[in-house]
Amino acid sequence: MVVTLFIPCFVDMMYPRVGISMVRILERLGHSVRCPESAACCGQPAFNSGYWDEARTVAEKTLQALADSEVVVIASGSCGAMIKKFYLDLFRGTPNERAAADLAGKCYEFSDFLVTRLGVTDLGAHFPAKVTFHDGCHGLRELRIKSQPRKLLEKVRGVQLVEMAEEVCCGFGGTFAAKFPMISTAMGEVKCSHALATGAEYIVSNDSSCLMHIQGLLDRQKSKLKTIHLAEVLATT
Amino acid sequence: MTEREKILGRIREALSVAAPRPGGAHAESTPAAASVMAQSSTPRSWLPKVGEGYAERLELFRQQSSDLKTELRVVASTGGFRDELRRLRESDGWKKIGAHAGTLVKGAIADLGLPVCWTDSGYKVEELENCDAGITECDALVAQTGSVLITSRSAGGRALSVLPPHHVVLARRSQLLADLPEAFALIRQRYGTDYPSFISFVTGPSRTGDIERILVLGAHGPRKLTILLSEE
Amino acid sequence: MNTSARQFKEQATLLTQDLRHRQLIQTAIGKYEVVRDRVRSRYQDWNAARQAAAEIKWEAVNHLDEHLTRFATQLEARGAKVHWASTGAQAREIITNLLREKQARSIIKSKAMTSEEIHLNAALEQAGFEVVESDLGEFIVQLRKEPPYHIVFPAMHLTRHQISELFTRELGSAPTADPEELTLIARRVLRQKYVRADVGFTGANFAIAETGMISITENEGNARLTAALPQVMVTLLGIEKILPRLEDLALFLPMLATVGAGQGLTCYNSFYGGPRRPGEPDGPEEYHVVLLDNRRTELLADAEQRDSLHCIRCGGCLNVCPIYRNVGGHSYGTTYSGPVGSVITPHLRGLLEWKHLSYASSLCGACTDICPVKIDLHHHLLQNRRNASASKPSRLERLAFKVFAYVINRPGCYALVKKVGRMAQRLHPLVKGSRLDPAYAWTKTRDLPPIAKQTFKEYWSSRK
Ligand code: SF4
Repeated sequence: MVVTLFIPCFVDMMYPRVGISMVRILERLGHSVRCPESAACCGQPAFNSGYWDEARTVAEKTLQALADSEVVVIASGSCGAMIKKFYLDLFRGTPNERAAADLAGKCYEFSDFLVTRLGVTDLGAHFPAKVTFHDGCHGLRELRIKSQPRKLLEKVRGVQLVEMAEEVCCGFGGTFAAKFPMISTAMGEVKCSHALATGAEYIVSNDSSCLMHIQGLLDRQKSKLKTIHLAEVLATT
Repeated sequence: MTEREKILGRIREALSVAAPRPGGAHAESTPAAASVMAQSSTPRSWLPKVGEGYAERLELFRQQSSDLKTELRVVASTGGFRDELRRLRESDGWKKIGAHAGTLVKGAIADLGLPVCWTDSGYKVEELENCDAGITECDALVAQTGSVLITSRSAGGRALSVLPPHHVVLARRSQLLADLPEAFALIRQRYGTDYPSFISFVTGPSRTGDIERILVLGAHGPRKLTILLSEE
Repeated sequence: MNTSARQFKEQATLLTQDLRHRQLIQTAIGKYEVVRDRVRSRYQDWNAARQAAAEIKWEAVNHLDEHLTRFATQLEARGAKVHWASTGAQAREIITNLLREKQARSIIKSKAMTSEEIHLNAALEQAGFEVVESDLGEFIVQLRKEPPYHIVFPAMHLTRHQISELFTRELGSAPTADPEELTLIARRVLRQKYVRADVGFTGANFAIAETGMISITENEGNARLTAALPQVMVTLLGIEKILPRLEDLALFLPMLATVGAGQGLTCYNSFYGGPRRPGEPDGPEEYHVVLLDNRRTELLADAEQRDSLHCIRCGGCLNVCPIYRNVGGHSYGTTYSGPVGSVITPHLRGLLEWKHLSYASSLCGACTDICPVKIDLHHHLLQNRRNASASKPSRLERLAFKVFAYVINRPGCYALVKKVGRMAQRLHPLVKGSRLDPAYAWTKTRDLPPIAKQTFKEYWSSRK
């Protein structure tokens, strides 16, 4: 299968290893990967801030770049929700309405693609560590991704998964983190305390945006707890 | 134009634009709207399950009562009500009780030997407040929730079951219903042409969690709820 | 920034740093969550129940004119008087005039958020009436002269010690740290008020159109006493409280109890359909029902967000909201706080003044998932943001998004910006975390990862 991989802007800039891990995994499974140059950002920052016209300018470009794919894999739950669900709102009543619906039908968040579409859970990964898993809210509640990453982690040799006491937002929330930093930080502190209470060495997630926020707080607190993207765990051998 | 007409006018104007059905754009896959509306009179299939038959209902009601801190006493016949009330009179030191002239109540308190404040044709609030217990009948018991269904007609008015510190309910086996839908069907069947001004589901003794979410019984209403159920 | 937004930010900043508050609320809500989940797990199909509840409310709200008319007709047929109020001021006037006419002096109240909404207590007190809240939590916040902290748990923000001090100061009772003792103190004080009260005032959780009844959900028995003892009873309710049929309560009562309080059914669920009827021993001689619009029809006119009138005020969305838990109920400065408050307040009190609440959300969606009537809460926050930006955009923000779009849509330009950024970030440590830092809002409390030595796109083109 030819898989179109969509690497969102912040993963491109700050977390290239996440994207590279995904490429490796997909290729190892025998698929060929393409990454269209002109698909760079889903348009979520403007959309979430209420600037739908500006969001559309960005989203249109991405929509076109991804339109002729067989399947699209999105490297973040949050951008996945934007493309798979919110494009329908954003393009409602525009000439792109049909294209948005078509795209939604063939889009998958990374872990969902492996488990639901490919039916693969064991990637032969080896990661001897105690970990806890953070569900990014957009993946969890917009796309209903909860069991998929856990099925994947279960098959990783050496991993011990300890769940956190509560399924709660980490406080990132895109522009929210900058508009209301004090609330965002407090939420992050609560999240970190839940994670610390598990005794895990790593917080694993399928959303780098949450991890950027969580790792940022942990670093400032000089905590030993580390964050890592699920794809990086799965790419280990 | 009256305010009533103005408000209704604004409503009609607002409703001239149709709203999407629930479970629209962003919903998970849910049954089609029409099918749910058709079933909505039978919430039985979604609410907590209640077993078939009297024994299972009673077991559930017992379980609910114990969770709710309701005291449930099952007696063999309505004659057993007298013994239970005498026991309560002794253990709680009752001096005076409130009651209404229901058949079960009259029979049960006949030889209790305590002064009675009857509420049927009016009473003094101070007098009822000074009673140690209010003894009432009911319309039904609901196994699903551990509730007692009362109305101003079946239970001696609005205050008898809430003003004294102890509410004692007398009920018969045939009054134990399975679930809330059954209880609502009963309300309609019994009162549909002329509803009492007060209907209530009483589920456990009065309580509050307003201080640090710590459970305290007897907030404003009765601290104790006792249900005497005759198996006759 | 307008006054409401500034106050929100100030209060939120204080509360998010108040670790005692954080602990108190986490503990209180933690207890609630355990019982809520236990009760909810007993349902055979919770999600189907939610869908059905949403359908029923949809029917009620989308035929509101018919249902309201029916409700009023039924009630009046049984001797109640129904009043209609377009605004809060009208409702206050109706109630004040009524009390004057009855020559009432003291009013006992059971919990009614609608009365908070129209600031009824202040108006009545100013008109010389004695008004006493009888719900324990409401009684406590009334003594503290502050609004309820939460629509279901008004005094959740207070410890028993604070309440003991309050009672000692205001009621002259002996200090005690025992919640049972404290409850007894309030019970004793309020019993006297009940016996003396001329008028009993209540809110309502539901209004049954078909039978002309209101339904009140409570645990303490204070609403039952309010409806039993005084000779005049007044109920104030919003026009959206309608349910079509009596049987609908078989679904709504347990669902409200489950999400609202973690109970299978609350202690008392009582339906009132008029003054005392012939042959009944007690109850009020007169029953008045005041139906309040107060801009609910504006919300109704927004078809996209009309479902927010389905709200049964269970408080479930407040409890799960990580924003609410960290900033607390008072920071909002609104009658209805939490997610539902952030959705409806811009409609009820002005979009531009209250839009900040719609931005103060990470859009995590926990509220939408818990809502028993499936209101699309967090998506409505997005719509409020869209509407606010459309009606009064921030020039700076719009420009920023335009520049962003320009850059990101041109691969060459985007690549260049990343290169420049990579060089510029070498200077970042000089200002990092200080007010000179352009990323201060982020870096004040968090580290920021650098732009990678090789971005993914660079990696990808190097492979080709
Ligand atoms: S919006 Fe939903 S969850 Fe929130 S209070 Fe209303 S009914 Fe409850």
